[in-house]
Amino acid sequence: MADSGVVETLLQRIEKADDGVDSLNVAASLGVDHQVIVGAVKSLQALGDIISADLRSSKHWELTVEGSEIAEQGSHEARVFSSIPLEGLAQSELMVENIEDQVREKLLQVQKGNFSQLDEKEKNELKKRKLLSEVTVKSYWITKGSSFSTTITKQETELTPEMIATGSWKEKKFKPYNFEAMGVAPDCGHLHPLMKVRTQFRQIFLEMGFTEMPTNNFIESSFWNFDSLFQPQQHPARDQHDTFFLSDPALAHEFPQDYLERVKKVHSEGGFGSQGYKYDWKIEEAQKNILRTHTTAVSARMLYKLAQQKFTPVKYFSIDRVFRNETLDATHLAEFHQIEGVVADYGLTLGDLMGILHQFFTKLGITKLRFKPAYNPYTEPSMEVFSYHEGLKKWVEVGNSGVFRPEMLLPMGLPEDVSVIAWGLSLERPTMIKYGINNIRELVGHKVNLQMVYDGPICRLDS
Amino acid sequence: MPTVGIKRDLLFKALGRTYTDEEFDELCFEFGLELDEITSEKEIVSREQGDTKASDASDVILYKIDVPANRYDLLCLEGLVRGLQVFKNKLEAPRYRRISPVNGDPQKLIITKETAAVRPFAVAAVLRNITFTQERYDSFIELQEKLHQNICRKRSLVAIGTHDLDTISGPFTYTAKPPGDISFKPLNQTKEYTATELMSLYKTDSHLRHYLHIIEDKPVYPIIYDSNGIVLSMPPIINGDHSKITLQTKNVFIECTATDLTKAKIVLDMMVTMFSEYCSQPFTKEKLSGEFINRKVGINESTEKIAQLLTRMCLLSRATGVGDEIEVEIPPTRSDVIHACDIMEDAAIAYGFNNITRTTPRAYTVANQFPLNKLTELLRQDLAAAGFTEALNFALCSEEDIADKLGKKISETRAAHISNPKTAEFQVARTTLLPGLLKTIAANRKMPLPLKLFEVSDVVLKDETKDVGARNSRRFCAVYYNKSPGFEVIHGLLDRTMQLLEVKSARGEGYIVDSTFFPGRCAEIIVRGKTVGRLGVLHPDVINRFELTMPCSAMEIDIEPFL
Repeated sequence: MADSGVVETLLQRIEKADDGVDSLNVAASLGVDHQVIVGAVKSLQALGDIISADLRSSKHWELTVEGSEIAEQGSHEARVFSSIPLEGLAQSELMVENIEDQVREKLLQVQKGNFSQLDEKEKNELKKRKLLSEVTVKSYWITKGSSFSTTITKQETELTPEMIATGSWKEKKFKPYNFEAMGVAPDCGHLHPLMKVRTQFRQIFLEMGFTEMPTNNFIESSFWNFDSLFQPQQHPARDQHDTFFLSDPALAHEFPQDYLERVKKVHSEGGFGSQGYKYDWKIEEAQKNILRTHTTAVSARMLYKLAQQKFTPVKYFSIDRVFRNETLDATHLAEFHQIEGVVADYGLTLGDLMGILHQFFTKLGITKLRFKPAYNPYTEPSMEVFSYHEGLKKWVEVGNSGVFRPEMLLPMGLPEDVSVIAWGLSLERPTMIKYGINNIRELVGHKVNLQMVYDGPICRLDS
Repeated sequence: MPTVGIKRDLLFKALGRTYTDEEFDELCFEFGLELDEITSEKEIVSREQGDTKASDASDVILYKIDVPANRYDLLCLEGLVRGLQVFKNKLEAPRYRRISPVNGDPQKLIITKETAAVRPFAVAAVLRNITFTQERYDSFIELQEKLHQNICRKRSLVAIGTHDLDTISGPFTYTAKPPGDISFKPLNQTKEYTATELMSLYKTDSHLRHYLHIIEDKPVYPIIYDSNGIVLSMPPIINGDHSKITLQTKNVFIECTATDLTKAKIVLDMMVTMFSEYCSQPFTKEKLSGEFINRKVGINESTEKIAQLLTRMCLLSRATGVGDEIEVEIPPTRSDVIHACDIMEDAAIAYGFNNITRTTPRAYTVANQFPLNKLTELLRQDLAAAGFTEALNFALCSEEDIADKLGKKISETRAAHISNPKTAEFQVARTTLLPGLLKTIAANRKMPLPLKLFEVSDVVLKDETKDVGARNSRRFCAVYYNKSPGFEVIHGLLDRTMQLLEVKSARGEGYIVDSTFFPGRCAEIIVRGKTVGRLGVLHPDVINRFELTMPCSAMEIDIEPFL
């Protein structure tokens, strides 16, 4: 708050003046620094419409340090002249007897504020000699405001319990709020964006009547991950280059024996209407423990379990981590989350698969879908799901789907006329698109950008 | 998924018409292919080696087409064009016949018992009266290479050798000999080498060195001779120079040696059917019902119409007139057809996936959440409401992260170990969530203090009682990182967690010493008489090893006992 004395004096000056006062003049006449008057103007402005103040700027000339020295002691030339002793110099060599120190005269004029006494050329000349400098001064032109008064009441900053109790708030004036400024950030925690998206996908599956599968087993045997899905033992996905194998515990030691025999037979000899792959199926390959490469390993366990009971239709889903021993880049990590949906019922068709995918993606806000024939060792037919991306103006792949092969289902003991349709997609990709993240490392893992987590909006997939 | 590069104009010439890029992309999509990239040799060289090298390269437009991994018959121009032409009804599905040579008996390849020790199978065929052009020759070599890389599993399962039959004479012998006893002039070399010399010669060959390991440590190496003792090839490494094929070659002898006989037959079928109308394999015929296809796809077409659909996919089919029976001929090119469902898929593709009416499964089901995940979801919401921010860390990490850095021995951790990690980041599955949270803090040191982080996720522990010898354990871990340790903050979070889980506080908490924590500043958390986790102030050495500078307190509990 500015000195109340200055504020009062200023108000009195304004009252007397008809068309307003200049803050510089007020400062000069009061003999105070201009900044003091500026402070008084600002505090009056904050009180409402007591005064109105227009910012204006004017230019004036000031002496530099060297200029001030000359104004005081005379120009260098004059000083040279005056320091020459008479006896040290031949009279005849001195052209003039006396000099007129014009530089000093001009600088003295400027010092007094009589800028107009000098023409532009003279001022520029002195400026070049670094004796003068041009200074822009900002000042206020102050006039009365709509609620002008020479007496000011102090404004309250906040409502207090006392004011409410006594009713004094009715008489008080309150200082206006600055609604442009940001508020104080709440002291709170935040959920991770990928987990927020996971919650939404869970919600969608639950809305559609899908039951969640227990996927809390990252370590899986090759048997459940590959063999049970009719994925041959020489398949490239079973290579060291693509899959993480375990050295400890290296082997799985328990399998449903009857089922294992049927799986072995369908691979090596065929059966269930299939010619099989006709190769030497080895238990040693099936025993190898790995980090599961897809959650479909859990789907296989669930379908096998289902086949051991009297069949009823089921819808299953899961969203969990899977692992690939792949080369890493901006969009690929060694582990990611797979979203999977599975439906088992009598007489399901390819039309049913596309229908349910349409319903699923509609819930994500994606309605334009088309399907491309694809290859997958454990589904036949297999379809890649494409959606039209309005931003990119092209069709982009959004998921994979298919009908599980009879060579996978029949050895489990499922009835012959039961079909199982399934689809899958990654959780990371829709999340990166949703939150505009280009590098997957900023999203998943310890290199996460916590500011991004703090600032993340809520997740509504369909808007 | 293999990618085939094909010259656009050559492709259009073979297809008998030109397409715009969009039209061709659409055709690929319907047929189950993907036009991956439109480029030129010049563009490829310029991208890989810079513009200066590219100035001499050809700027003929190339289509890069992604082919499904099981369709070996589409890996070359010839097969691709045939598939598309039949699909568009422009060509009839080809039928393949075996013919005998005009004069004399068929060629013979005699396999000796010595090969059992190294590469036991071999099949062979002859392509007669072929006329190569530069393009056909290139395509022939290219197909061979594509097969080697895909179905042949980099020559380990099958290796292909092709020879000019007119430079050699049968019968041929496939045998195996100690490397020192083999000597011949290999392809594109000027002098003879023994097999042992060859192995060291090719150690530095950028292409061949990848195949040496297949036979390198075997006592005998596979070798094929003609009746005059001329070496045809030493599979799976190199052919002899003597019998190499050229543009002038008229008759091609193709041999496939293998460790998998089924695959060897497929590969040989591909080589001959793609480049000849003559083939040694008879047709297989399958019968199935039109109703089966209608029921599985969800369409309602006549038996005749379904037969037409299949014929468009190179599966020559006809309605037999007996009910809705359809007889389908499976050509040797279609090794992927092993079950009626494979034929059903082709009918669906020919019908057009996107023309099938979309329906909804009628099954009534009630949804259930997995109880552990339900608890996790509910807990996470309230932990965030308690002011902690959720982190999400990898399930895989280095041994150091879960042992040395925490002041533990790896043998104490019950960790599952990975045998083939590409880097140290993937040596083990994590046994605790703490290192991940500490690394998250280290990567976010520029953020304002305090940092309050949590994670609810799975760790993996060895467990003899499980079929795979390990199990997941769902953990909740939280850390507080600030200028003071803030043990009371973590303790308060534990109290809040127990409140959320409806566990009342009770006596019986005993303090223990844990090397991860500062001496005297660590407690075990005991719920209903069982230890579920720990909390405390981290040991300064641990803080240092994770490249942190401030005091830090932490808690980690197993949440499965609260189900």
